Amino acid sequence: MTIEDHNQDRRGFLKCMTWAGSAIVWTIAGGIPRSHIVGHAEAAVTGFTFAQVSDSHLGFDKPVNTNVTGTFQEALDHAVSEKPAFLIHTGDITHLSKPAEFDAAAQMLGATKLRVHTVPGEHDVLEEDRKSYLNRYGKGTRGDGWYSFNEHGVHFIGLVNVVNLKGNGLGDLGHAQLEWLEKDVKALSASTPIVVFAHVPLWVVYQDWGWGTVDGGQALSYLKRFGSVTVLNGHIHQVMQKVEGHVAFHTARSTAFPQGVPGVAKGPGPMPVPAGELKNYLGTARISLVSATSPLAIVDTPLAG
Amino acid sequence: MRGLTYSTLLMACLLIPAVARPDGTAKIKIDNFTFSPTKLSIAKGTEVTWANEDDIPHTIVLTANNVRSKAIDTDKTFSYRFDKAGTFSYICGLHPQMHGQVVVK
Repeated sequence: MTIEDHNQDRRGFLKCMTWAGSAIVWTIAGGIPRSHIVGHAEAAVTGFTFAQVSDSHLGFDKPVNTNVTGTFQEALDHAVSEKPAFLIHTGDITHLSKPAEFDAAAQMLGATKLRVHTVPGEHDVLEEDRKSYLNRYGKGTRGDGWYSFNEHGVHFIGLVNVVNLKGNGLGDLGHAQLEWLEKDVKALSASTPIVVFAHVPLWVVYQDWGWGTVDGGQALSYLKRFGSVTVLNGHIHQVMQKVEGHVAFHTARSTAFPQGVPGVAKGPGPMPVPAGELKNYLGTARISLVSATSPLAIVDTPLAG
Repeated sequence: MRGLTYSTLLMACLLIPAVARPDGTAKIKIDNFTFSPTKLSIAKGTEVTWANEDDIPHTIVLTANNVRSKAIDTDKTFSYRFDKAGTFSYICGLHPQMHGQVVVK
């Protein structure tokens, strides 16, 4: 084997590792979020960590993935093995908002023994009154289920942008939620790290498919003065990252099925993948915060390689 | 040349609105986030059935008629009878980029 071949293989291996549904470790050190693959040498971090899962779509049973319960369980096992402080589910917990689907999710999430923070996806609020979601996860929240909390000096904000989809299916926060958000962060010092999580990306990923939030920019304007803002989303069933000023945007993979690449696939529906490769497209994320006094800056580390 | 023929055919298909069946029913297929036909012409009293052939649920929101269907899962349908004349636009509540129109005469 030549060195070149070896490098090719190494690249291939690292790429596989990335896609293999391994938990991703997020480190936010002094406002610098970085991601690592669990089990990789770099992943050795200490301190406060939390895990993100997304788009479990319990109840989905189409050929793309006939065992979404199994893949969700695998993702939860990955997350639990890293001993996170808590779990964030960024929505589409269920596929059709059915009570049985919510019950299955409650059982699986409960078995992790972790605290769970959720925001709904549009698939969780298909009922007119949105009761199935709110009865389970609405306690202590406002409006359609938005809230904030503090943990280890980080201010976490869970936003709901799936109740009144706009235009091309774009997410919408609405006036009441924006007003609440503005007040919620008003008293915080600019050095407080902020983590915002919502189902539909707050930045416009692909307008034609409604992958963005119409008033996401307004929400972010309230967070402009903060040195470190990390935005975690789901919905698009693939990893995308962007850094804009002090704001780092990340979308998580689904634990159920992949969706096509914008501008390449013919539509935003479930994307069939060759047999045996499904788990390459599913996964979880893990976020760690390591206190540091370094100047605030954001470095976005791609997951690949 | 071939591309031109296809485009011409496609244009022709788009320009001719589909007409309801004589039994007082009509069907609209949902496939790849698209209603087809996108524009349906029917007689008053026709029952329209939307059939979802996507791997993802859709809903039908007919604002003018105050109709909002429940989620229509794969291979499931939703029906509504149009009793008044007029042009009715509708969308999918989950994917509002999906537009359709029913013309009732």
